[in-house]
Amino acid sequence: MTPEELEQIGETERAAQSQFTQGVNVCVAAGCLSCESQAVKDSLDQEVAKRGKKDRCQVKGVGCMGLCSEGPLVSTSNGVLYKKVTAADGAAIVDSLDGQPVKQLVCATDVPFFQRQKKIVLENSGNIDPDRIEDYIAANGYSALIKALTEMSPREVTDEVTKSGLRGRGGAGYPTGLKWSTVSKSVGTQKYVICNADEGDPGAFMDRSVLESDPHRVLEGMLIGGYAVGASEAYIYVRAEYPLAIKRLRNAIRQAERMGLLGANICGTRFSFRIDVRLGAGAFVCGEETALIASVEGRRGTPRPRPPYPAMEGLFGQPTLINNVETFANIAPIIRNGGDWYASIGTEKSKGTKVFALAGRVENTGLVEVPMGISLREMVFEIGGGIPEGRKFKAVQTGGPSGGCLPSECLDMPVDYESLAKAGSIMGSGGMIVMDESSCMVDVAKYFMDFCMTESCGKCIPCRVGTYQMHRILTAIGNMTATAQDLKLLQELCDLLKHTSLCGLGQSAPNPVVSTLKSFAEEYRAHIEDHKCPAGVCGVEQPVGETV
Amino acid sequence: MASYVAKPTPPNQDKRWKLVDATMRRQGQQARGLIETLHTVQEAFGYLDGQALRYVAMSLRVPLSRAFGVATFYHFFTLKPAGEHTCVICMGTACYIKGAPQLLDAVQKDLGIRPGETTADKKVSLLTARCLGSCGLAPAVVYDQGVAGKVGTSAIREHLKKWTGA
Repeated sequence: MTPEELEQIGETERAAQSQFTQGVNVCVAAGCLSCESQAVKDSLDQEVAKRGKKDRCQVKGVGCMGLCSEGPLVSTSNGVLYKKVTAADGAAIVDSLDGQPVKQLVCATDVPFFQRQKKIVLENSGNIDPDRIEDYIAANGYSALIKALTEMSPREVTDEVTKSGLRGRGGAGYPTGLKWSTVSKSVGTQKYVICNADEGDPGAFMDRSVLESDPHRVLEGMLIGGYAVGASEAYIYVRAEYPLAIKRLRNAIRQAERMGLLGANICGTRFSFRIDVRLGAGAFVCGEETALIASVEGRRGTPRPRPPYPAMEGLFGQPTLINNVETFANIAPIIRNGGDWYASIGTEKSKGTKVFALAGRVENTGLVEVPMGISLREMVFEIGGGIPEGRKFKAVQTGGPSGGCLPSECLDMPVDYESLAKAGSIMGSGGMIVMDESSCMVDVAKYFMDFCMTESCGKCIPCRVGTYQMHRILTAIGNMTATAQDLKLLQELCDLLKHTSLCGLGQSAPNPVVSTLKSFAEEYRAHIEDHKCPAGVCGVEQPVGETV
Repeated sequence: MASYVAKPTPPNQDKRWKLVDATMRRQGQQARGLIETLHTVQEAFGYLDGQALRYVAMSLRVPLSRAFGVATFYHFFTLKPAGEHTCVICMGTACYIKGAPQLLDAVQKDLGIRPGETTADKKVSLLTARCLGSCGLAPAVVYDQGVAGKVGTSAIREHLKKWTGA
């Protein structure tokens, strides 16, 4: 594959697509598929064929369009978005291409949910067919790889990423450029690249959506990363719970290999690169990088102390670059448009955009990509459309089991790494769960502690025993049997776990408790002193120490 | 001198062992392929039993304790055969605050089993999931292979009735 050949493929594909004067895109990502969008697509196909428009009108299965709660979503070439489409609506939608939109199905796109977004990672989602590499190439795909390979040295690629100010999107926010330059400077006989797609946080589904909607984008980012650090082998570690993402990813790898974009001597250069898929097996701790490496090596996913960091000694003892799916998905646009362009978006310390999975008690649930620094209020009340059924907002939970609950006082805070950390939560991978007054914060803290307790790998004692103890106290509080002494012990345990656990799981496990104790101390007090649950959730007698 | 260890033969004539062998070959018969191989076994047979673990451990030359350790460490692997149908209730945060615990309670009461168990007639297995990533459709339930979103208590009862024939 030479740059000219790639250009040629793109041209041919664009020419083929321009033959179609009309088009209908149907979302076939997991969210809409579970609302039977495949039947919608089949029905549209039939209707188009019935009208003899097959050569003029294209029906395409595309990735996520964001507003998952209103699925299945269908968009047409005359710029109309339809929601909650059923197979029976196929005929009406095909007819509407030459006339007026189907009124009862129209989904307004001039609302903040769509207007406030800025799409970089998701720019192709909902526009291209994730199963066809040609479609990706026609949308400027793999041009960043060619640019890096033919016009830039590995050093220049790393510098460009450093200049962009991109930080790890997996949650911790480590500067990506710095990580890349560390790995490239490390010495080893063989270097590896690993893409962390073990999206274990409950309530987060950004990585799943990216992999299902635009798998080639991630592969391209990994290829560029491999070139920059001098690696030739890569693994992408995906949760086994995401069968569709795995299928599309494997298909994408096969296509890229066939086109010579993966394999030996890519684009006639000396750069060779191989990507293999590794399946996770349902262990949350494998999102931690050293545990993930152990799992790729075929062992139990238990973390080990750092340093040495994976950048020096990682997979099979060799220097290893580990980045998250979203981080890799940001690379191609940075190389294409330059680091300065990316750095112009976002806040001073958090650059670019972030994809959030908005879920819970909000009107609009789904996937949104917004510039860093947007306020929580805008996220929940403008993009999210507020709380349904006229209820009152209570808290927003970010960062999954490692994050915290932010109360209404934090609503005007900008969303970036530093502000969230200061408020006692973390950016995390991007799950954002909104809770209203019907949620009890003690119950929520107990839920997360139950999660951490079950997912603790058992290697270090503070985490293994501490999470169990904390869960027991929280259960007692929920059962109205706890005393003030228990609360004090709970606070001590928070401190102990944070400072003595081996890996991020144990260190951050107290976060949900700490943040709710800080902002919702009144609820804890009501449970302990008045034996009442203000939200009316707790009180059902549950055996102490029981795992659900 | 390298000691020669005969390649173990599959426990029985079942054709599905060919799939397992193919996966191990692809991984270069190395210990690092353990998890991938167990995935293949579970996909082919539905669960991991003692003889499968023994065969895989021998073929990849890892101690049986390590194969068993891996198989029990990861939630995805199961050592017991599943029922005819499986019902997975998502217990992710979004589903949790939108009523997944009530769904679980209803199913537990109806079927008389707890998560991870199978009904006595081997018809239905009840499982819970950490997060299916279908948070936009909370609460979500997986009936066999199909994900259903915004499930209510009556909907899940209805669906289970079809399976149990009650």
